[in-house]
Amino acid sequence: MSGAEFGLALSVFLACAVEAVEALTIVLAVGTTRDWRSALYGVVAGVLALAVVVAALGPALTALPIGALRVVVGGLLLIFGLQWLRKAILRAAGRKALHDEAAAFAAERDQARAAGDARTWGLDGYSFTISLKGVLLEGLEVAFIVLTFGANQHRVGLAAVAAGLAVALVAGVGIMARAPLARVPENLMKFVVGAMLSSFGIFWSAEGAGASWPGGDAALLAIIPGVLIAAVAMVAWLRAEARDTASLRAAG
Amino acid sequence: MNRLARIAAGVWEFVVGDDWLTAVGVAVAIGVTAVIAAAGTPAWWVMPIAVLVLLAASLRRAH
Repeated sequence: MSGAEFGLALSVFLACAVEAVEALTIVLAVGTTRDWRSALYGVVAGVLALAVVVAALGPALTALPIGALRVVVGGLLLIFGLQWLRKAILRAAGRKALHDEAAAFAAERDQARAAGDARTWGLDGYSFTISLKGVLLEGLEVAFIVLTFGANQHRVGLAAVAAGLAVALVAGVGIMARAPLARVPENLMKFVVGAMLSSFGIFWSAEGAGASWPGGDAALLAIIPGVLIAAVAMVAWLRAEARDTASLRAAG
Repeated sequence: MNRLARIAAGVWEFVVGDDWLTAVGVAVAIGVTAVIAAAGTPAWWVMPIAVLVLLAASLRRAH
């Protein structure tokens, strides 16, 4: 496995694990409160819908000429990665609330208790729909990453395997714990994924636009740490700014 | 809003999010890279610098 392929697998695995933790919280809340069978059918339907999206769009993307693919998909990946990185930096700097799985679980459970009790074909419609929506919405971001990363390296299969492993791991731990995985360092994982997506986006979009990287693919070994260091420096900058503002307020 | 417009709005929100200026900046930086590269000059440095500036500006706007 090359360094770029390892980066692809790691990024997809981490992104998928984070989104799977969030989906698991929703499924656990409706499953424990209402009906496990309906919630699990919702999960299966959501996963199948995501697999269809990846299977349908993957070959179409990989059929594009590599130059056009890299500039378009690299640009999209960069825009998408910067969204993740920006939110992770704001959360790490205390400018945005951290995602709290225990609180999300409690809110979802309260809504599940308050919802009506309509059943269709023996299934609890609420449990099925909420699980399906949770898996689909959280999974779409992963499907996007699998498709863009995988298509650029012509390794959609490897990306899908990394995503599948992450889902299996999170689902396994969730089934054993029977509780939301509140101790997973979600923001740290989002921080790393955002930096990886942004780094690969920088690399591919520049290459697609006609630039040549010094050292070829090895340039990624400088870009990824460079983006991570810059992101950590931005966290420090935002924290220092917050401290200065607080000091000024206290003095005034 | 008709269904097509809702889908377009959803895709926009999904990919671009709440900071469209960053997306425009990325597109401009790719264009600048293409122009410089087409002139036969090394252009690899444009994207890393653009991303650092765009990210810092985006964080500045966020608070």
